Amino acid sequence: MDELKEVIKNYVSNEYLEPDSDPIDYETPLISGGIVDSFSMVSLKRFLENKYHIQIPDDKATPEAFDSVNKIAELVKEFVKA
Amino acid sequence: MAYPAEVRKLYQDQIKVMREAGILKEERFICSPQAADIEVEFPAGSPLKKVINMCANNYLGLSSHPEVIKAAHEGLDRRGFGLSSVRFICGTQDLHRQLEEKMSEFLGTEDTILFPSCMDANAGVFEAILTKEDVIISDRLVHASLIDGIRLCSAMNDSYKHSDLEHLEQKLQMYQDKRLRLVVTDGVFSMDGDAAKLDKMVELCDKYNAMLLVDDSHATGFIGKTGRGTHEKFGVMGKIDVITTTFGKALGGATGGCVSGRKELVEMCRQKARPYLFSNTVAPMIIAGVLKVLDILSATTERRDKLEKNTNYWRKGLTEAGFIVKEGDTPIVPVMLYNAKLAQDFSVALYEEGIYAIGFFFPVVPQGQARIRTQLSAAHEIHHLDKALKAFTKVGKKFDILHKTKQEIIDKYGM
Repeated sequence: MDELKEVIKNYVSNEYLEPDSDPIDYETPLISGGIVDSFSMVSLKRFLENKYHIQIPDDKATPEAFDSVNKIAELVKEFVKA
Repeated sequence: MAYPAEVRKLYQDQIKVMREAGILKEERFICSPQAADIEVEFPAGSPLKKVINMCANNYLGLSSHPEVIKAAHEGLDRRGFGLSSVRFICGTQDLHRQLEEKMSEFLGTEDTILFPSCMDANAGVFEAILTKEDVIISDRLVHASLIDGIRLCSAMNDSYKHSDLEHLEQKLQMYQDKRLRLVVTDGVFSMDGDAAKLDKMVELCDKYNAMLLVDDSHATGFIGKTGRGTHEKFGVMGKIDVITTTFGKALGGATGGCVSGRKELVEMCRQKARPYLFSNTVAPMIIAGVLKVLDILSATTERRDKLEKNTNYWRKGLTEAGFIVKEGDTPIVPVMLYNAKLAQDFSVALYEEGIYAIGFFFPVVPQGQARIRTQLSAAHEIHHLDKALKAFTKVGKKFDILHKTKQEIIDKYGM
């Protein structure tokens, strides 16, 4: 699980943070905190689907479910298991 | 009707929060034509004050040009006040088609369709040319109207870091499985004044089989050697698939906009773009005025050359005075202040010194990026700029931000 969280954290950091941004942790609010906008969420979803060979239905890929590394990891885990 | 006291209070509270945070936007009433020197009533009820306008999109100084006004009068006399119709019912006059042809010629494109505004052009173009099988990849700092248009479209959308072409390339690779890819950018970014690297973007789009859409509203008429726009500046005229632009800035500043580009894409807009199908045609006098603007611009580059000189003079003056100015070479020159309230207060202090320039802050620019956006015009003379520089320096001293770093300003005023 920790490895999964690190993968997500690294992807989000590289993809969305500017060089002078504060670093994020597993609980940092991503969407409600304005780090990931709703446009960009789609590439995060696509990245996870390709990396873990899963399909996350659109109704599960809500801004709430993508709002922190912990929440995203929970979501991914659900589909990797299934 | 259901507007009980608690609903009224809900909105009153929201407005109060904005007022207390110093971010409530208030209109200033201008009681003269648009020009370098204007007369303003501010705050409401105050006596008129003569000020220098440093924040209009009147880049070429054509908003109140006598020949443009005369042409608009003639349009009004010959073709009437309005058409009471959308274009495809009975709202297309000979003038509308003439302007579409002239815009295609000016921009070097295959065809053009007019819209009531560029906001409408951007609202309509995406849904008209793309479906859910396609993807839109946009720069993260594109104008709000593009964002709204993209949201109205069923295509998948994604974004790349501002002007980061490596990141764009990654995204283009990622979406090779899509039917169509459309890359979207501003030509000149309205808040930062920097230009998209269209030469490199055209190369990338060729490599990854993607179309390219450029909103050139802050470029048409004055960027590039003959003012055709950002595509002229980067030597890629004829290679941009879609250009959207406005008549509401350099081209007379009244209203109206267009989508210009590949003829099939323009035809799709004519058939399917909702703001074209369901909104009134542009009034004849506006069309007649813009036709005259294009005549003026096609005859001489004198105005765009003067604008370039003014821009260089202003950028140099502000930098030497000790302000932090966003880099670039366009007539959009943002003076960075970072804090929203400081930007508001700075603007009010400038006004007291006879300079009209507005503070911009979130959500118009990202959080912590508040600024005074200054814009140059060919209507400015050097004496206008000298007076404005003197006022900026005086106010800069008052707030103690001259020759300070970004961090020093943030430490003093907060983000």
